[in-house]
Amino acid sequence: MHPSEFIVCEHCDVVYQRADLIRKQSACCVRCGAELYRAPAMHLQTMLALVVTSLFLFVIANAYPLISMQMNGIDHASTLIDSVAAAWHSGVGPIAVMTALAVVLFPLTQIVLLGYLLTSLIMLHRDPPGFVDLMHALRLMRPWSMVEVYLIGALVAVVKMAGMASVRAEPGLYALGALTFLLALINAFDLRLLWDARDRLVE
Amino acid sequence: MKYRTATEMGLLPCEACGMVCRETAYIEHPCCPRCDAPLHHRKFDSLRRSWAFLIAAAVLYIPANTLPIMRTKTLIYDLNSTIIGGIRVLWEDGSWDLALIVFVASICVPILKIVTLTILLISARRRSRWARRGRARLYRILEFVGQWSMLDVFVVALLVSLVDFGKVAEVHAGPGAIAFGAVVVLTMLASMSFDPRLIWDEFPDENPS
Ligand SMILES: [Zn+2]
Ligand SMILES: [Zn+2]
Repeated sequence: MHPSEFIVCEHCDVVYQRADLIRKQSACCVRCGAELYRAPAMHLQTMLALVVTSLFLFVIANAYPLISMQMNGIDHASTLIDSVAAAWHSGVGPIAVMTALAVVLFPLTQIVLLGYLLTSLIMLHRDPPGFVDLMHALRLMRPWSMVEVYLIGALVAVVKMAGMASVRAEPGLYALGALTFLLALINAFDLRLLWDARDRLVE
Repeated sequence: MKYRTATEMGLLPCEACGMVCRETAYIEHPCCPRCDAPLHHRKFDSLRRSWAFLIAAAVLYIPANTLPIMRTKTLIYDLNSTIIGGIRVLWEDGSWDLALIVFVASICVPILKIVTLTILLISARRRSRWARRGRARLYRILEFVGQWSMLDVFVVALLVSLVDFGKVAEVHAGPGAIAFGAVVVLTMLASMSFDPRLIWDEFPDENPS
């Protein structure tokens, strides 16, 4: 038996023999209940389309203000980057760094890396240079990317300020909402599929 | 039902790419042939590292809740607010739904994380057989909710940039926000360091197969 026929539960170490799944099925560990693997929800091509769309949304979400606020006739709008810069100038550097990493840098890197790897593998049918290192980077960044948390945070901020002044949601916030939805789909993507795609290519 | 574990079968699953490798006795530090990640049966030094992060998080949890996370300055008042204070304001303003979200994300989740991880760490060390399936599920929930505690930190960052009207109204971030952010990062590191496979491990002598 070749070891690749096996799948090992990451949560309890039980060994199973891999079986083919049909769409929307998933295999769960009998002992601990964790999901072992699932049938791919979409083709790699669809995933690439989602990644490209999310890159556009990311640009919009960052270029346009998220929220604007009016007080005493002064209009004040704030973008995502503004909130990072303001945290930095407000003397809470660590908060600025955390926000910049979790909401800007990690999600952007994830989108760009996935786009690059998918394009190279399925459009150009080429083994992308640096594949192994980039895959490790993708896996390590995943838990630290927090766009969805930031979105809810923005909603909380809107409500908090609503009593104090007139607050308006701006285009960036809508883009951020759509981006959150796409990133949820992208983050559910099983990176092992990319390893498999590359194995098929190299053979 | 008897389960066959990878450790018993001499298999080494790669945590990074999912490849299952065969153990070879003569290689001291095996690496994954596909992705070059070091292979080991259990996460390295899991319990000790997890404890270290957890204790640091528990200690920082105190300043995170007692120090102000935000200072609101207007012409009328100058208010330092802690996390609890912010939730009370939301509640009194009538947005009880958001107050509930913030309460769950910034009070319940961190406390539950610290308590749950403590239970997991103690029971894993004692190789307890108590409620293994339940503990395994707890760990998966823990991994899922981890980042949501960051909510309040992001709210503060946004308010600081948004409410900047000079003397009329201004919001500054407080030191509590840094402590709170550190708590979130540390609890996430603690749960990542914990190896859920330890929940299922038996003492060697109790396992005659
Ligand atoms: Zn399992
Ligand atoms: Zn590997």
